[in-house]
Amino acid sequence: MTTDTASLPEKRLTGAHLLVAHVALLGGVVTGLLQGLEHAGFEYPASQYFIQSYYHSVSLHGVLNVLVWTTFFICGFLPFITARGYAIPLVSLGLGWVTFWVMLAGLILAAIPLAGNAATVMFTFYPPLKAHWAFYIGLTLVVVGTWLVTLRLALTHRVWRAQHPDVRTPLPAFMSLVTMAMWTLASIGLAAEMLFMLIPWSLGLVSGTDPLLARTLFWLTGHPIVYFWLLPAYVSWYMLIPKQVGGRLFSDPMARASFLLFLILSAPLGLHHQVTDPGIHEGWKLFQAFLTFAVFFPSLLTFFNVVASLESGGRARGGKGWIAWFGKLPWGDPSVAAQLLAMLMFCAGGIGGLINASYSVNLVVHNTAYIVGHFHTTVGTAVTLTFMGICYWLVPHLAGRALWSRSMALAQCWLWFVGMLIFSSALHELGLRGMPRRTMISHAVYFQPEWKTLLPWVGIGGTLLFVSGVLYLLNLLLTVTVSRQPAPAVPEFAQAMAPAESGPAFLDRLRPWMVVAAVMIIIAYGPTLARLIGGASFTSPGFRVW
Amino acid sequence: MKNGATVYLYELAWILPSIAIPVGMLAALLVTAFGAGIHVPSIAGRVDPTKVLETAPFDKPGVVQTGPLRYEVRMVGQIWSFTPNEIHVPVGSTVTFVATSRDVIHGLFIPGVNVNVMLIPGQISRVSAHFDRLGEYFIACHEYCGIAHHTMGGKVIVEPRS
Repeated sequence: MTTDTASLPEKRLTGAHLLVAHVALLGGVVTGLLQGLEHAGFEYPASQYFIQSYYHSVSLHGVLNVLVWTTFFICGFLPFITARGYAIPLVSLGLGWVTFWVMLAGLILAAIPLAGNAATVMFTFYPPLKAHWAFYIGLTLVVVGTWLVTLRLALTHRVWRAQHPDVRTPLPAFMSLVTMAMWTLASIGLAAEMLFMLIPWSLGLVSGTDPLLARTLFWLTGHPIVYFWLLPAYVSWYMLIPKQVGGRLFSDPMARASFLLFLILSAPLGLHHQVTDPGIHEGWKLFQAFLTFAVFFPSLLTFFNVVASLESGGRARGGKGWIAWFGKLPWGDPSVAAQLLAMLMFCAGGIGGLINASYSVNLVVHNTAYIVGHFHTTVGTAVTLTFMGICYWLVPHLAGRALWSRSMALAQCWLWFVGMLIFSSALHELGLRGMPRRTMISHAVYFQPEWKTLLPWVGIGGTLLFVSGVLYLLNLLLTVTVSRQPAPAVPEFAQAMAPAESGPAFLDRLRPWMVVAAVMIIIAYGPTLARLIGGASFTSPGFRVW
Repeated sequence: MKNGATVYLYELAWILPSIAIPVGMLAALLVTAFGAGIHVPSIAGRVDPTKVLETAPFDKPGVVQTGPLRYEVRMVGQIWSFTPNEIHVPVGSTVTFVATSRDVIHGLFIPGVNVNVMLIPGQISRVSAHFDRLGEYFIACHEYCGIAHHTMGGKVIVEPRS
């Protein structure tokens, strides 16, 4: 694991993914600032040459941040981690580049209508709002690209396994493969929605669609996609952070168990996004709420394992007491600080997620600003701030140059944390006071005076997040252009106190668990999907009303 | 906590509460959902989304009294309004909303009384709520439905019993 297995061309491939991810993030933070200021009472600066409306902005913000930034980062990061985990090069660099170009071509195809206000349908693109066909085909190509990443990791696993028949799969490679396998299985819902419904409909091959069926297929993929974002962050928390803080991973088998549980439990619970939908039986909603509580179990395992690993580092650095060791962690390292702050925010985000999924409680929060507050603590901080922390060592490594400014990076991650505390607290509270999400709220006909005192905080938090985002991007830009110091070594993978061999061999299998995952989807979704497909009526015409 | 056996004990000491916590929360959820009789939207029938205004009960949108202090609101959502968009009921009423959309997906959201349901073309939504506080409740469409989404609202006015 000490050898640098990433060849220069492989590094270029990872770098290409990161470049696209960061261009998207720039678009995401700019639109985010303007939307935050709209909530604070400023007029949205819509222009027919740029962003044409508040809703155009929200669509751009969602697609760029949660679809492009995350997906391109992950498809660059996990192969990099896999190669280091196996300590062999990945198979077929050619396949890697084909994958990248498929994803980029898809992205550009989708971006043209999106930028031109022909796909102002949010990143959830619920029909019968009807975007330009290029938007749907483009996003589908991006998904196909992610499948090719899975294929490349699986082929590499086969090569490695042939050379090492009796050894447990190295944990970082195992986690990466499980993440991609989970995503690939779960993406069938989205693939079916695109291929059988939205693409033929947007091309005019069929005249109508069934909005509820499309929505249900979307959410079959739409919840596991959050684990597709989150698990790569977990890879860093399990495998790199313990080493970066000078400690060891607490338990390898427990980490494997939690990833396998995410594999089987991520998908069969998307109905908790549809608790308020008509046409789906409340019994199945309750069943999937139950499974959502079940997926809290591997999250708690992760919490314990990661905190115990951090504790080993804190104590090795002379930390004492029940809590005080936490302060002894290397907070001066921006990569570590960013990820520790991401973890702290995720404590709130994870619990908030349970509240949202709590069936009857969902009636209070569904589609309110509370949800927006929630996912900015999860994908917007737990995931994004972790990815930023990773880039603080990964980008210098790829560029062969040291990070331009550590102190700016430290300021950046604290600014993100504080900005997000303000931003998301205000939105949570506004949601509880009945403020809907995805709405140009300053102009809402039902505007409530009790929202007025909190809305400026959305703008203040949003501004801090914007400044933090710009500092982050600037630091990386200066790193790859003007930094002259050589890059420090890449963090090694953490060694486990309880190694893989201390756990049972079935924790190192993938195929049987894939079967279990598929069966779980069939049980949780089969009856509902069979009824929706059997009774489907493709009668809703499309609307372009933005 | 360096040797394997101790690690195993720590693992166990965490795994068991990790199971107990979600189970406990689930129990609380079940008690509140069924004990308090809170229902989330469920199956309430379909309607041809292109013929909503010709299909009962949506051919006559409005408020109908169905019993003492019981009302049914037959509601149609469309870009960018609710029909009806102003509902008057006496205090203490139980109001059942029977609603659908005749174009894109809308939301029917009345904070404070747990009315939170999607209006999906082709599907009929049915939810009930108690209005036991005098005054005005606002109705918002809380699903993005196009460029004037923020103008889609209404109100429920709860009046003294006459």
